[in-house]
Amino acid sequence: MQEHSAQEAHVHAPPEGFLRKHVFSLDHKVIGKQYYGLGLTAVIIGMVLSWLMRFHLVWPTARIPGLELFSKAGAPGGVITPEYYLSLMTMHGTLMVFFVLTNAPFAGFGNYFLPIQIGAEDMAFPRFNMMSFWTTFVAFVILIAAFFIPDGPPISGWTAYAPLSAVGNDAGPGLGWGQNLWGISIAVFCIGQLLGSLNFIATTLDLRTKGMTLMRMPASTWAWFITSCIGLMAFAVLLPACLLLILDKNAGTSFFIPAGLVVGDKLQPHAGGSPLLWQHMFWFFGHPEVYIAILPAMGIVSHVLVASMRKPMLSAKVILYSMMSIGFLSWLVWGHHMFVSGMNPFSSLLFSFPTLTITIPATIITLIWLGSLYGANIQINSASLFALGFISMFVSGGISGFFLAQPSIDIYLHATYFVVGHFHMVMGVAAIFGIFSGTYFWFPKMSGRMMNETLGKLHFWFTFVGTYCIFMPFHYLGLVGNVRRYSSFVDDFMAPLLPVHKFITIAAFITGGAQIIFLFNLVYSRFRGEQAPANPWNATSLEWSMPSPPPWDNFGGKHPVVYHDPYQYGVKGSKGDYVMQDSPEAIVEE
Amino acid sequence: MATTTFPSVPPAAPPLPPQDSGTKIVGKKPRPTSHSQSGVWVGIFAITMSFAAFTSALYVRQGSGDWIHVIVPRLIYMNTGVLLLSSITLEMARRAFLRAPELERGAIRNSLLWLGITLAFGLAFVVGQYLVWRQLAAQGLYLATNSNSSFLYVLTGVHALHVLGGITGLSRLIVRMIPKHVTLRRSSVTNTVIYWHFMGVLWLYLLLVITVRL
Repeated sequence: MQEHSAQEAHVHAPPEGFLRKHVFSLDHKVIGKQYYGLGLTAVIIGMVLSWLMRFHLVWPTARIPGLELFSKAGAPGGVITPEYYLSLMTMHGTLMVFFVLTNAPFAGFGNYFLPIQIGAEDMAFPRFNMMSFWTTFVAFVILIAAFFIPDGPPISGWTAYAPLSAVGNDAGPGLGWGQNLWGISIAVFCIGQLLGSLNFIATTLDLRTKGMTLMRMPASTWAWFITSCIGLMAFAVLLPACLLLILDKNAGTSFFIPAGLVVGDKLQPHAGGSPLLWQHMFWFFGHPEVYIAILPAMGIVSHVLVASMRKPMLSAKVILYSMMSIGFLSWLVWGHHMFVSGMNPFSSLLFSFPTLTITIPATIITLIWLGSLYGANIQINSASLFALGFISMFVSGGISGFFLAQPSIDIYLHATYFVVGHFHMVMGVAAIFGIFSGTYFWFPKMSGRMMNETLGKLHFWFTFVGTYCIFMPFHYLGLVGNVRRYSSFVDDFMAPLLPVHKFITIAAFITGGAQIIFLFNLVYSRFRGEQAPANPWNATSLEWSMPSPPPWDNFGGKHPVVYHDPYQYGVKGSKGDYVMQDSPEAIVEE
Repeated sequence: MATTTFPSVPPAAPPLPPQDSGTKIVGKKPRPTSHSQSGVWVGIFAITMSFAAFTSALYVRQGSGDWIHVIVPRLIYMNTGVLLLSSITLEMARRAFLRAPELERGAIRNSLLWLGITLAFGLAFVVGQYLVWRQLAAQGLYLATNSNSSFLYVLTGVHALHVLGGITGLSRLIVRMIPKHVTLRRSSVTNTVIYWHFMGVLWLYLLLVITVRL
């Protein structure tokens, strides 16, 4: 029988009625699933957009049947225009970075598991929590609305560089109301994330149960906590930036638009603004955003790996300190996105140094994972495969970061597919692998049913091989000078590269198609999967000490008491080679 | 969010878990659950960060060289006085409330009175800021007239929005204090008070930026 703190938990009343239970729920678990669902919806849309782009890149004049019904101006006769290609690119990037990579690993899993892993009955501010999800949902609807207005989505990319994003339709289609919707959507998204981050921080600081000291929190909780600290600062800067951009565009102010700017043969009625200011504000958010995407995945991967290895990490604490260092350094490196922006070359040097420094904690974390794997009797399942896949993606994508961190090399590579390959692997796909790993690991807890392992492994191998086929060639294309953001490659010097692009496109279709296995597994297992026990992985953290799925009040109105560090594996415990965090038994080394 | 009837009696300290296992409990003293005090400070940090971003933007923008100083209407100083006074009256309200452990009606009424005055001052500040905008407009200074007027409108506007958030918090306290059976957490009062004082501090900072830089 587990010991419980004598202190009663003050939880909100059990939810009643469909709306309160499933729609406007105050329960962090339902909200976590809602974030995950929103991320899943966004990733499907984002992936279809990438298919359209890849198709257009290699068959620029081919017709895509039915697309003209979706956008008459963007795809007349079903053929994507170069401008519409840029619109698709903008929406792909925005959806993926904001609504997938921020929503799923951080807000989704974090909401579900952070309170449970620290022994709390809910978030500190359940109403704020509900508001933060619905605010994010409204942001999503506003963004998607850009597809359905006559103006169409903006062509300014997910970074919305001013002044082109600020001068309206003179600069191209989609830059009128399309750009407005983008700006409003991101501003609203920022509010949602700020509320969410505030909640995460307050919950972690105030609601830890008895015995749950900061250093006893699992790696995943630490990652969400550090991420929420980064998010709080990053979104607090992007929000003012969006406000100023919207004002420049609609109210005639000149924060970002310089004097004498002629766009579309028209002199723009602005004076004195600084286009670099937008880039500074955007990337001050944008680079930490990379870590908002990757840190939760690192936490999830550590959490999954250690349970699969059945032995402790070489040093779990060093992983935490390294994650903190990454969080801190993430504030000093934004300028490495601006090496070719025309800022002072000496500033480039200043930004290059911390960028190279940030590779040190990232390398330390990777080496601890690899070193811990040495000699481990690792249990291979879908969750651990995706965790290992994460390490592979993170290393492969991270190595190209060493090159890009140096201005002298970046100036050559910056506008090429090398950068596209780099960030897709190290941030995009790696974080997605973290999400997959977390899904296979926690699905039994979240739904009460096991996922199908055979389908899971099939899904892994298709995805793992597929993503290498897609994103490794990007690096080679970039090295030979293949520019990015172009909608087709018909120039003589790029035409010989088309076979590589065709290979990538086919790989993208197959890899994307393989995700149907995952979606099928998700739906099938939800209804037909084997019943999951409370602790299917023999894991140690608090989420495994409650039934699957957890009751609405998590710990039955009590607070558990925590006795141990999170990862007591490879020991002699009463249940096997592990001791749970809330088990009062002594640790006996094996 | 759960509410407990004030005054909330702190729960008895939980019995120490068994120590015979040799496991060291690094526990903390029991805390009232769901009563987060950190939230308001975290929020204040985020707002500070946003205004730091505005300030950095102001400095960068000033480098463009088209900086034309704005003469700020004097009314803005009166508004400052009103906002600072409201902090004092709110402090009176807080003290009246916290000094009444048994929640005597008299003490609550006293607290309500001070809260009402604070609310009136808060509203007066926002209206006053709007009148400052009107006076600026009368001078021919609109949002888009020049970079200085742009920043002036943005900084005062965004600050006023945050003050309106504080006014909502004050109204919530008043609504909760009016019924005979008061259900209000001590932390709700403290958090609202901290936020309101921060609005004053933030305004003093912005006033400094506005008078020195704009």
